[in-house]
Amino acid sequence: MSRFGRGVLGVLLVLFLGTFNVWAADKILKMSTTTSTQASGLLDVLLPELEKDTGIKVKVIAKGTGAALRDGMDGNVDVILVHAKDREMKFIEQGYGTKRYAVMHNDFIIIGPPADPAGLKGSSQAVAAFNKLAATKSRFVSRGDDSGTHTKEQSIWEKTGLTMETKTTVIEKKGKKRKITFTHPHGLGNWYWSIGQGMGKTLTLADEKQAYTMTDRGTFIKYKFGREVPIELVVLCQGDPTLANPYGVIPIDPQMHPHVKYELAKEFAEWLVSARAQTVISNYRLLGKQLFYGDATAQ
Amino acid sequence: MDLLIDSFISAIGLVVSMDAEMVAIIGVSLKVSCVSTALASMIGVPLGFGIAFGRFAGKRMTITVLNTMLALPTVVIGLFVYAFISRRGIFGPLDLLYTQDAIIIGQVILIIPVIAAFTVAAISRIDERYRQTARTLGANRHQTAWVVFREARFGIVAAIVAAFGRVISEIGISMMLGGNIRGFTRTMTTAMALEYDKGSFVLAVALGIVLLGLSFGMNLLFHFFQGRVQSQ
Repeated sequence: MSRFGRGVLGVLLVLFLGTFNVWAADKILKMSTTTSTQASGLLDVLLPELEKDTGIKVKVIAKGTGAALRDGMDGNVDVILVHAKDREMKFIEQGYGTKRYAVMHNDFIIIGPPADPAGLKGSSQAVAAFNKLAATKSRFVSRGDDSGTHTKEQSIWEKTGLTMETKTTVIEKKGKKRKITFTHPHGLGNWYWSIGQGMGKTLTLADEKQAYTMTDRGTFIKYKFGREVPIELVVLCQGDPTLANPYGVIPIDPQMHPHVKYELAKEFAEWLVSARAQTVISNYRLLGKQLFYGDATAQ
Repeated sequence: MDLLIDSFISAIGLVVSMDAEMVAIIGVSLKVSCVSTALASMIGVPLGFGIAFGRFAGKRMTITVLNTMLALPTVVIGLFVYAFISRRGIFGPLDLLYTQDAIIIGQVILIIPVIAAFTVAAISRIDERYRQTARTLGANRHQTAWVVFREARFGIVAAIVAAFGRVISEIGISMMLGGNIRGFTRTMTTAMALEYDKGSFVLAVALGIVLLGLSFGMNLLFHFFQGRVQSQ
């Protein structure tokens, strides 16, 4: 190799190592989370505080809970913040995550057209409300996207005692079989509309067709009070303990995916359950309404 | 690579076993696409024929506008139709939004320019002497038109095949006007987008295989008809 060639190589090497060091010095964390945390605006308040305290920057990828968990399983991210407790515990059992930190909760509500043909108004029993919807065959829009909200909705339908139709899809991945189940009452495509899309789209579609749906309170407040043309749908059923919606943060296990930034993820999770972050969470107001309740202080 | 290979193997299994849900989704796609192609042909072919055969002021401008409309994005059509058939829109009371009919309306608008423009091209390709010969042999205007139409028939069929290929693979209109409702307005393309969002790829890959197969078949047909045009 000529001296010139060696010189060029040397310069390239220095440049390469230089950029590498810059990357390594930055405390950047990749997190998959549910659309609700981002859409509610909480992360916009929380993450700047995090950076002030710890210097950690978080790259947020907002998806449904199913997709967020999948990102964690594939090692695409360092940490996940989701809301489907049973699936989170399973995620840890299978060795993908190290520990679930209980961060906060908000709640789900059942909403519908102001005319309320199924007569749910003032109800605080989710299961009874769903039974009424099925009995009157009132149009109900389901997320149907394997998200945390969809998981919760399915668990309520299962408690109604109605005959459920279930379809299980088995995905084979690295020799392990993973099941995805989809449960719904009879009437799919008729009165029960499963649209496979995000919460915002579900709300506008339900409003457009004057249908019932189940939503997290944050997205509802945004669409009801935060828009020039608000949706007409109103809250009809709330306050049932089964409608509580707990969020957990889980660092990805470095034994499963050695490339993840476990130390940073752990620092981030511990910061989220610290008194300081908990105050930020509980003080957060969306259009004057409290959305999230810190869970860590009570433990 | 594991992800791709695993999904691909499971997907082949799904295609071979004719999974009920997959078949239902393909059924919705085919039904909607066939109806919209048929309706658009009934409008687009006479339109293209009229433009190509007629003599009127602004003919070249009309053809330019038609060719421009070939590039109409599906989301733009989706948006406009949405504004008309939304509950707060003019045709709101018809309750059309998020039905198969809504998708068909959007798709018809999408491919009328395709069919009309290709028909114009097919007819322009016919030698002017056909027309003159027919006239000298004593054919009237209608008979002359029929002769030209018969000569251009393969080109017109090719136009319809191309239009079908466009609607079966589009997603913007199906998603915005159909709403991706399972067992009702879920098409191959919207189902694929959904499965991606869920993080489960098998059904998406399976539908992708079927869609590619259909497109391949359509292209074979298209080239067959184009070959017939050129060999004339």
